[in-house]
Amino acid sequence: MKRSLLTYITALSCSAVMAQETIYPAPPQAKPVYLTNATIHIGNGQVIEKGSLSFANGKIVAVGNNLPAPSADVKVIDLQGKHVYPGVIAPLTTVGLTEVEAVRSTNDFSEVGEINPSVRSLVAYNTDSKVINTLRSNGILLAQVTPEGGMIPGSSSVVQLDAWNWEDAAYKADGAIHFYMPSLLPPPATPGRFSITKDRAEEFAEKTEKVRSFLSEAKAYLQEDKHTAVNLKFEAVSKLFTKQQKLFIHCNLVKEMLVAVDFAKEFGIEVVIAGGADSWMIADVLKQNNIAVVLAQPHSLPVMQDDDVDQPYKTAAQLQQAGVLFCLSNEGFWQQRNLPFEAGTASTYGLSKEEALAAVTLNAAKILGIDKITGSLETGKDANITISTGDLLDMRSSVVTQAFIQGREVSLDNKHKQLYERYKYKYGLK
Amino acid sequence: MSNFFSPRKRLSHLCLLLSGLLAGSYASAQETFPVNGIADPREGCYAFVKATIVKSAGNVLNNASLVIRNGRIVSVGNGPVPKDAVVIDCGGKYIYPSFVDAYSDYGTQPAKKASGGYRGDPQFLSATKGAFGWNQSIKSEINAASIFQVDGTAAESLRNAGFGTVLSHQQDGIARGTGVLVTLADDRENKVLIREKASAQFSFDKGSSTQNYPSSLMGSIALLRQTFLDAQWYQSHPAKEGTNLTLQAWNDSRALPQVFDAQDKWDALRADKVGDEFGVQYIIKASGNEYQRIPEMVATKASFILPLTFPQPIDVEDPNDARFVALSDMKHWELAPTEAAAFEKANIPFCLTASGLKDLKQFLGAVRKSIEYGLSEQKALDALTLSAARIIKADDLVGSLEPGKLANFLVTSGAIFNENTVLFQNWVQGKKYIIKDEGWKDVRGTYTLTLTPGNTRYTLLLKGTAATPTLSLLQQDTLAGSITINDKLIKIAFPLKKGGAQLRLSGVAGTNEWSGTGLDTAGKWVKWNAAFSAAYTRQDTAKPKSAPQLGNMYYPFNGYGWEALPKQQDILIKNATVWTNEKEGKLENTDVLVRNGKIAQIGKNLPAGNARVIDGTGKHLTPGIIDEHSHIAISKGVNEGTQSVTSEVRIADVVNPDDVNIYRQLSGGVTASHLLHGSANTIGGQSQLIKLRWGADAEELKFAGSDPFIKFALGENVKQSNWGERQRERFPQTRMGVEQVLTDAFTRARDYEKEGAGKRRDLEMDALVEILNSKRFITCHSYVQSEINMLLHVADTFHFKVNTFTHILEGYKVADKMKQHGAGAGTFADWWAYKMEVQDAIPYNATIMQRVGLNVAINSDDAEMARRLNQEAAKSIKYGDMTEEEALKLVTINPAKLLHVAERTGSIKTGKDADLVLWNDNPLSIYAKAEKTMVDGIVYFDREKDLELRQRISAERNRLVLKMLSEKKKGTPTQRAAASREEMYHCEDLQAGHQQRLTDGNNEL
Repeated sequence: MKRSLLTYITALSCSAVMAQETIYPAPPQAKPVYLTNATIHIGNGQVIEKGSLSFANGKIVAVGNNLPAPSADVKVIDLQGKHVYPGVIAPLTTVGLTEVEAVRSTNDFSEVGEINPSVRSLVAYNTDSKVINTLRSNGILLAQVTPEGGMIPGSSSVVQLDAWNWEDAAYKADGAIHFYMPSLLPPPATPGRFSITKDRAEEFAEKTEKVRSFLSEAKAYLQEDKHTAVNLKFEAVSKLFTKQQKLFIHCNLVKEMLVAVDFAKEFGIEVVIAGGADSWMIADVLKQNNIAVVLAQPHSLPVMQDDDVDQPYKTAAQLQQAGVLFCLSNEGFWQQRNLPFEAGTASTYGLSKEEALAAVTLNAAKILGIDKITGSLETGKDANITISTGDLLDMRSSVVTQAFIQGREVSLDNKHKQLYERYKYKYGLK
Repeated sequence: MSNFFSPRKRLSHLCLLLSGLLAGSYASAQETFPVNGIADPREGCYAFVKATIVKSAGNVLNNASLVIRNGRIVSVGNGPVPKDAVVIDCGGKYIYPSFVDAYSDYGTQPAKKASGGYRGDPQFLSATKGAFGWNQSIKSEINAASIFQVDGTAAESLRNAGFGTVLSHQQDGIARGTGVLVTLADDRENKVLIREKASAQFSFDKGSSTQNYPSSLMGSIALLRQTFLDAQWYQSHPAKEGTNLTLQAWNDSRALPQVFDAQDKWDALRADKVGDEFGVQYIIKASGNEYQRIPEMVATKASFILPLTFPQPIDVEDPNDARFVALSDMKHWELAPTEAAAFEKANIPFCLTASGLKDLKQFLGAVRKSIEYGLSEQKALDALTLSAARIIKADDLVGSLEPGKLANFLVTSGAIFNENTVLFQNWVQGKKYIIKDEGWKDVRGTYTLTLTPGNTRYTLLLKGTAATPTLSLLQQDTLAGSITINDKLIKIAFPLKKGGAQLRLSGVAGTNEWSGTGLDTAGKWVKWNAAFSAAYTRQDTAKPKSAPQLGNMYYPFNGYGWEALPKQQDILIKNATVWTNEKEGKLENTDVLVRNGKIAQIGKNLPAGNARVIDGTGKHLTPGIIDEHSHIAISKGVNEGTQSVTSEVRIADVVNPDDVNIYRQLSGGVTASHLLHGSANTIGGQSQLIKLRWGADAEELKFAGSDPFIKFALGENVKQSNWGERQRERFPQTRMGVEQVLTDAFTRARDYEKEGAGKRRDLEMDALVEILNSKRFITCHSYVQSEINMLLHVADTFHFKVNTFTHILEGYKVADKMKQHGAGAGTFADWWAYKMEVQDAIPYNATIMQRVGLNVAINSDDAEMARRLNQEAAKSIKYGDMTEEEALKLVTINPAKLLHVAERTGSIKTGKDADLVLWNDNPLSIYAKAEKTMVDGIVYFDREKDLELRQRISAERNRLVLKMLSEKKKGTPTQRAAASREEMYHCEDLQAGHQQRLTDGNNEL
């Protein structure tokens, strides 16, 4: 009896769920689209005032000031001075791998074990996450879905944020393997309690050596085609050595980053630093070694109390000045909707607005290895486009009115807007 | 040549102990302990003659005598030497009172620490068995006298450092019971225990207690305060309580000196403040950083016990590790030895303790270091002797050399703080303890050695130190030999020519001459004697030490601190866009005059007069940002979440003025922060509104005259939903239970209020009664609509108003009900999805609530986000089309209204406090930077000045790094570079502790 009552209640509550379930992924682009009368931010630094952009079959056909007039079958959208941007790309996020952070059953980003390169985040990516819609509606159209935990938790994939399932979503599968480097931060001393007994450096050496020997053995294993027993972990990193895959090393401190640079040299692989809080201190070294950085969010407190109070805000500008290829990231999943504002702050503290935009679009695409197909509004690339009434990087003016992924006009509706409408209705607000 | 040489062989510890037990007791002949064998009563009468006697600091007698008998001093000065006195010639020697240590755990066993902690099984009551109090950390029933045991090894170390008497207690718990005054004689406990209850001892550290409460510093303080009240109440022997031996003991020890172990300079002030509330003047055992706040220490009127635990230089060789050492830690290394000198200069009564030193051998060196850093020698001696005794009211027994006092004194080779001085003997209760006997007699000088047969004469020179003289043969070439003197036995060897065979002699160092036999270089037996011919003229090789070069003091003690606290000045901001938040709205090209910390005038083309003019052309002037929900500047714990109702704890007790986040937030335009208790329990603690007066102390930070508030919480945190499997015992575990916690608490409060005379004053209830009487106001952490609705009903039932719902992410669902009740809202702009109860959180929340007519604020609950609350406010423009002026109000006048300080701050209006921010751009734009932030007309953050501070930090770090490197090079032991701590909290943080972004990335709410 009790059970059936529960079932009944569950059924009832399911049917009463918000209209979220009617937010549909968009169908493929059927008709060419011609955006006009817009301020077009290409993503590569270039801005076209009163420009036009046309795309068809999901690809950008033309962009500029004097495009030929569209033919009759083209959908023309007069943007009346609105701003057009490349879709924002959110690197290093657990979006789709978690729904409610504090509820364990919704968390799918951390596996058991220290070295799990064969684990793939893509297969756990939940396209029906309610969070995804809230990112799209702020102009974030692509995300690097990234596993966490242990030292090598697996591979990340880039997904586009408007899909029926993870296969549809996959934009670049398994593009990066992640290595969370142990910390070299000297542990804090608490007077009278725990004094430092073990050298952090020893622990660091011990752990990084595990990863180093894993890579060495993998590299050797991969020289030979025939094996009596297949090692899935070794197989999983084969593309690292052919540079079809990158190793994202998550680290923040100078010595850690120097070790990361050394990894690149030792194994002849492409290394990206993820985090890089102190990367401003060795920007020149990173430049010399062609190491790219996915910078941790500028909206952070300084690493140390003596640091410049605005250090995390201006790190991006310092990397820019040194010529380091970098992009910006934001922690977490729901937080990704604020990624454009991280770029805004980086601009307040030294980047030009277009450089700041590139730091969440084209640069991210380059680092993720998808710049041939997205990241900027250049001819031939996917039509991943965000349109805003004002400056996308400033919450004062950023209101996203339309977005296209692969030329498909995606829904900007989300649970929050629906609840907004519901309660405006309740209170009779307009 | 009399008394030529009389070193004494050092006795082993065992021998001393035996002599103490069997023979050397100078008490009356009658005692309860039977003698096994022949009684050996001795009076132990000694006369120390010809000495330089320092009776007390500054009171010096030359060529004087000290007579002792039966363990006490009989006379000092030129009194007659009794016939039965053993006379000891102390020519050239000094006699000082033995030191007194007012803070020791000598002879008390450390309390056993059981495992536990907040993740273990909850323990609501004390685990101590017996008729004691409810809280395991209140241990007033412990008497150190009852557990005291003589510890020969420890006593010897203390004696060797110069101590004769210590006030000892078991250093465990918040109320630690009584201390015992004991000497360091190696004798039966009955003899050395000279005052059974000599002090009552306290701290804020719960020590070995496994009970959950208290888990925070503010909880410790609240517990202390409540125990004062409970003990007062217990004096009437309330039948309800039955027998409570803990409270009884607390009351019994009230007349004793009350000693408080403070673990930080701010703790010293906190302890003193609690003492003041109950008419107790604590003697404060300092932590070592009090020099950073001397005026505040003066104001306590307390006497202090200062430790000499100076930090070692930090090993900064690795620059990438040194990066994580804060300048404040480096500066503390440099300045810590100035502590005693600073106290002397400020005329604060103090004594010195060896407590906390890893090695007692470092003690005198540390005193010398204090002297090198400015402490006068006289004060140093006084602080070790008479002042120490006076502070603990033991100066009737010890502390100076006066007839009748205990015969506790040191015999030294010279002035006690001279680096070359040897401490020979430490007499305790009339018994001699040798510290070092070598050199008691200075044998250095020139000797004539005669060998027979042959009557060959050699001239020998003994130099080096008195304790370890060196020998050389004086002839054409001076040749080095060797000499060993062991008690009366002597051994000499030297060559007759360079590289030649040795002449080897041994014999006796007799009272008048040295003599004996030996073998000459040819292997023939000879007889020898040596006669003293001339004294060694000592050359003082010690270089006078130059005064150390020290960096400046910073207020607060942080790289961004002030060298001198800023003063108010009149300021005219000219030609700015002024966001008034008043009906005038936004005024273009307007001047604002600030005088005496207030907004004096708003208008166009105002005359500057003497005011400093700041050009506001192209800039925006707004009221300072007020963060209605903050956890910055809090020491040692933001939650006392160990019980469901903790309305007795007060953030006001634990405000931490050193937190660099005050400065960081000023850089984001914040001028006031409401510091809240966390959300771990239903009825949390009392909150504190502060103004960000960077550099001020805790009391000066407080927003004077503001209404008192308290934090409540509902939902997942208080029902421990996300605390792990073991936390399933505390009531409530459901939202149903939360209602009952509230109803029960207010029902009890109402009954309590009605209770008549003789009631037990309960601080927990007092705070609730204040709420019932609209004298204290609630900020309630809340998320979902059901619980919001519930609290409104509880409040209506008890006829009070819920002032503010904070977080309130589903406020938009019940905004009408909140409006009807009269509650306001402080919320996040766009946080959601971090836990189940925020699944329906939407960024339109602020807009909807505001449009329904609520007073709405946007707040941070986060030290990082608080630096850009203007941006968070601006999100309401994006989400819900709020106007810019209304959006700015979300972080200025609206929180001021929520906090009942809108008459004082929150808008730009004549007569209001000059809490202002000058921005380089529209303040709601992400591109805006606060250029200047002022509180009460003082510019606490100035972007140009900030650039100078950065350079100063860099230069000062470099200076100290070089200094520490040179210390390491000199061989000074160093400590490993540890990352400097920064305390940072969110609502849910359960333990006092550190969050370091780089190691624990996940610190979500």
